[in-house]
Amino acid sequence: MRKAKNIFANIDSVTIILYLILIFFGWINIFASQYNDDTQFTLDFTTRYGKQLYFIVISLISAFIILIIDWKFYYSLSYIFYGTIIISLILVLIIGGVAGGATSWFQIGSLKFQPSEFAKFTTALALAKFFNMQHIRDKKITTRLFSYIIILIPFILIISQNDLGTAIIFSAFILVLYREGLSINILFFILLFAILCLLGLLINQKILIYVFSFLALICLLIFRFNKQDILTIILGWGLSILLVLGTNYFVYEVLSPHHSQRIDILLGKEFDPYGAGYNLIQSKIAIGSGGGFGKGFLNGTQTRFDFVPEQSTDFIFCTIGEEWGFFGSLIFISVFIGLISRIILLAERQRSNFSRIYGYSVACILFVHFTINLGMTIGLLPTIGIPLPFISYGGSSLLGFTILLFIFLNLDSYRLEILR
Amino acid sequence: MRKHQKRYQVVLSLFFFVSFIFLIQLFRIQIVNDDYKFSANNNALRYDVLTPVRGLIYDRDSNLIVSNIPSYNLMVIPREVKEMDTLNLCKLINIEIDLFQRKLDEIKEYSKYKASIFHKQIDYKQASKLQEKLFQFPGFFLQTINTRKYTTKSAAHILGYLGEVNRKKVEQDSYYNNGDLYGVKGIEGGYEKDLRGKKGMSITLVDVYNRKQGEFQEGKFDTLPISGKNIYSTINLELQKYGEKLMKNKKGAIVAIEPETGEILSLISSPSYNPEELSGRKRSKNFQKLLSDKNKPLFNRSLSGLYPPGSIFKLLNGLIALEEKVIHKNKSYNCNNGFEYEKGKLVKCHPHKSLVNLEEAITISCNTYFCKTFTNLFKKHKTTKEAYNNWKSHISSFGIGKWMNNDFVSGAKGLLPEHKYYNKYYGRTSWNSSTIISMAIGQGELLLTPIQMANIAAVIANRGYYYTPHIVKSIEGKQEIDSIFKTKNFTTISPENYDVIINGMEKVVKHPNGTAHNISTEKLIICGKTGTAQNPHGEDHSIFIAFAPKERPKIAIAVYVENAGFGSTWAAPIAGLMLEKYTNTENNKTLEEFILKGKITE
Repeated sequence: MRKAKNIFANIDSVTIILYLILIFFGWINIFASQYNDDTQFTLDFTTRYGKQLYFIVISLISAFIILIIDWKFYYSLSYIFYGTIIISLILVLIIGGVAGGATSWFQIGSLKFQPSEFAKFTTALALAKFFNMQHIRDKKITTRLFSYIIILIPFILIISQNDLGTAIIFSAFILVLYREGLSINILFFILLFAILCLLGLLINQKILIYVFSFLALICLLIFRFNKQDILTIILGWGLSILLVLGTNYFVYEVLSPHHSQRIDILLGKEFDPYGAGYNLIQSKIAIGSGGGFGKGFLNGTQTRFDFVPEQSTDFIFCTIGEEWGFFGSLIFISVFIGLISRIILLAERQRSNFSRIYGYSVACILFVHFTINLGMTIGLLPTIGIPLPFISYGGSSLLGFTILLFIFLNLDSYRLEILR
Repeated sequence: MRKHQKRYQVVLSLFFFVSFIFLIQLFRIQIVNDDYKFSANNNALRYDVLTPVRGLIYDRDSNLIVSNIPSYNLMVIPREVKEMDTLNLCKLINIEIDLFQRKLDEIKEYSKYKASIFHKQIDYKQASKLQEKLFQFPGFFLQTINTRKYTTKSAAHILGYLGEVNRKKVEQDSYYNNGDLYGVKGIEGGYEKDLRGKKGMSITLVDVYNRKQGEFQEGKFDTLPISGKNIYSTINLELQKYGEKLMKNKKGAIVAIEPETGEILSLISSPSYNPEELSGRKRSKNFQKLLSDKNKPLFNRSLSGLYPPGSIFKLLNGLIALEEKVIHKNKSYNCNNGFEYEKGKLVKCHPHKSLVNLEEAITISCNTYFCKTFTNLFKKHKTTKEAYNNWKSHISSFGIGKWMNNDFVSGAKGLLPEHKYYNKYYGRTSWNSSTIISMAIGQGELLLTPIQMANIAAVIANRGYYYTPHIVKSIEGKQEIDSIFKTKNFTTISPENYDVIINGMEKVVKHPNGTAHNISTEKLIICGKTGTAQNPHGEDHSIFIAFAPKERPKIAIAVYVENAGFGSTWAAPIAGLMLEKYTNTENNKTLEEFILKGKITE
C-alpha cells in the first residue's frame, strides 16, 4: 500500500527512465533538425529547440503533479473529463480555428488548445471506468454496444473536424477491447472489411470481380455444393463485390474531387512530387543516406537544408535515421518498444479492471502512433500527419502523451490499494 | 476478464512483429540498397526546379492577347558561394561592385541555405551570355520565369498582371519558391491555378563543388513540367478597344454583358494603363508611378467603384410595384412638378405633362410617379420593417448588395442597407417610406458597382433572370467552366411584368420626349434608361444602362461617367456607340466625334 510518506516508492522507475531517455533523445534531434550555422545557439522562444525545452519543463512539472494527486481523483472524475472533452470537440467544430484543412483548435490569446489531443486519455479513462463498473461476466449486448459508443463519439467528432490522422489513433482501442475479450471473429471481419475497401480502390474492379468469382467457385468445389455452405459462399461473394463497388462509388462519386484526389495520392495512384510524394522521396533519401552508423550528430545534410518538410514534427525520424544510422534507429526502436511492452506488463499486474484497461489503452495509443508515424516515414504506409510520441516537436502533443502516461504510473503506484 | 489473460502475449507479439518489419525496411534502405550511398563521399543532391510555361490568354474569337517571353532570375544560395571573380559577374549583369556585396549580405541575413533572387528579370540575350560563364560563379544559377507579352495595349484590368511572390506566400503555398511570379487580379489572378501549370523537378548528384556527378537513380524521381492551361476569355477585343477609346479623358466605367450567357464582352475602367507597363523589369517602377497617379488608373472602377445608381433604379421600383400589385400597367399619377413627402418638403420633378402612366414615367423619368408608387408600396404592409425587408429581397434578387460570385479576385459588393441600419440611424420607430424616399429614385444610401448595373440591364433583357457575369469562356483541357456560370438566377419578378418596363425603355430612346432621344437610330432598337446621380462632392454623374436589339437582345450595357452631368449628355451616346459597334450597325459620326473630343478629367 502506498504510504503518504514515500509517495514515489511504488512508482515504476524503469518506465520513468525510458520516458526521460525518449524526451531527451527527441530534443537532441529537434535541435539537430533546426540548428545550422546561420543562427546562433539560443535557448529562447525564437527557436523550436528552445521552445521544446520549455515544453519539456512544463511536461515534467505536470508529470510530477499528476503523480502526487490521489488516484481516486482520476477515477471519480473520468466521466466528467470525458464529457468536457466531448463538449469542447463539438464547440471546436462550431467556433474553432482552421489549420492545415482541419478545424481542430481553440485559440485563447496566443495559446492554441487542441481538444482532440486530450480526447485520447479521457476516452481511455471513460472506457476503463465503464468496464470497471460492469459486472465482470456481464456479456449483455447492450454493455458491449455502450463501450463501442464511448469510443465512437469522439472518433466521429474528430473525423468531422477533418482530422483523419488523430481519428485513426482511436483504432488503438480495438486492441484494448481484444484484450478484454472481444471476439477474434469481429477483429477478423474488421480486417477483412479494410482489406476489401483498399483492394477495391487499388485494383481494377473487373479483375477483382473475376477473382472473387473464381475463389467462390473453388470454395463451392471444395465444399461439394453442401447446401448450407452454398448460401454462405454466395452471400460472401455478393457482399465482397458490393463492398468493392460501394467504396469506389463513395470515393469517386460522393466525395468532392479534391478529396478523391487526396485519397489517390495517399494510395500512390497519383504522383505529386510537391505534395505527399515529395515528402516520401525526401524522407527515404535522408534515412537511406544515414547508412549503418549514421553521419553523426549535426552532420546530416538532407534533413537540415529544408529538403524534408515537417522535419522537426511528423518527419523527425528522418533526422534520427540520417544522423544515427541503422544502429541508432535500432536502439531508438528498442527503447520505444521497451517502454510500451513495460506498460503492458505493468497493466497485467493490476488488480483492478480500471487500471489494467487504462494501461492497455496507453500502450496501444502509443503503439499506433509509433506504427503510423514510422511506417509513413520509411515509406511503408501512406502519409498521415501524426507526431511520433515524446520525440516530435510540439507542446500539445508532448503534454498530451505525458499526461496519458503518468496517469497510468499514478494508478500503478496505487495498485495494491485499487482492488477493482 | 481474467480468462483472456493470455492475450497479452498476442499484443506483445504484435509490438515485436511491427518493429521487426520496420527494422527490415530500415536495413533495406540504410544498409543493403546502394542508391542512397552518395553521402559516403560527401556528395549531395541538387534539386533543379523546371518552370512550366504559363498558359496563354485569348479573346472570345481566339485572338491571342497574352503570351510569354522567357526571361530569367539570377538566383543565389549564399552557402555555396566561393572565392570568385566578382567584378566579372557584376559586368555581366551591369551592377556596381559595392551593390553586389550589399545585396549578398542582405540575402545572407535571410538565409544562407535557401535560394534567393539576386538579380531580377534578365532577358534572353543577357542570360545566354551569362549561362556560358556561370560555372565560374559557384552558388549562382539561373531560374526561368515567364514574362508576359501582350498583343494589345488595352484590357489591362481584365487581364491582371504578374507579381513576385513574397515570403509569406511562399510559406503558405508549397507550390511557390522565392522568385516565382504569380497572377494578381483579373484573369491572371482568378485563374492562377489553371494558368501556372505544374512544376517539374530534376534531381542530380553533385560533389562538394556543386559539379554534376550524374542523375540520381537514372532520373527515376525526375518529373517534367506541365504547361499551364490556355484560357479563352469572353471579351470581344475590338469592342474593348473601342470602349477604351470612347472613355479616353473621362473617368468611369463601361460593362457590357451578353445577356443570353452572362459572358462579359467588355469591361472598361477609365483611366487605365498599358498592360505591358506592369510586365518585366520595369514593373516595380511603373507600379509606383501608377499607384501615385491621382486619377487612380490601377483602381478597377467597373468592379470596385461604388456609385449611386440614380434614375436607372426606377426600373426596379416599377417592376416591384407591378409584382406587388401596388400599380397596374396603366396606372396614372399626376406629377405636379414634384412629390411632397413631408409637409413643406418636396422631391422636385422637371416640367412635363402632368398625368403620366408607368410607361411614360420611365420615358420621361418622372420623379413623382416613382415616389408615389414607393409610398404606396410601403403602405401595403403593416410595419415599415416588413415593407422594407420585402422591398430589399426583391432588389437583392437582381444581384445587388452582394458579391456577384464572379471569377474576379477583387471587387465590391455595393451597399443595400439592412433595416437595422436605419433603426440605428433614425431610431426604431421614427423612420418610414418618407424618410428613405430618395431610394425611390436611386439616391440615398444605395451604392452599386457598374457590373451590377450592367447586370440589371441583362436581367431586363432576359425578362427575369441572369447568369452570373464571368470573364472566362473556356479553359483548355477542361470540360466546363464552373457550374455557377451555367445556372440561371431568377429574380422575384414574374416575366410578364417586364413588358411594360421594356416598352418604356424603348421609348426613352425612340420617343421625341424620351430622355435619351439624342441617340435614337432607325437601324437598331435600343432599350435604355438614363440616370443622373447627384454628387455632393461635385458635378453629377452621368449614367446609362441599355440593351439591344429589343427582340433577342445580344448585348446589355452599363456606362458610368463620373462628374459628367446629365445621363443623356455623355453616358447615353457612349452606350449607343458601343451597342452599334457590337451589332455592326452604322454609327452616328457626329456623336462619335463629339465623344472622342470630350475631355472631362484634367
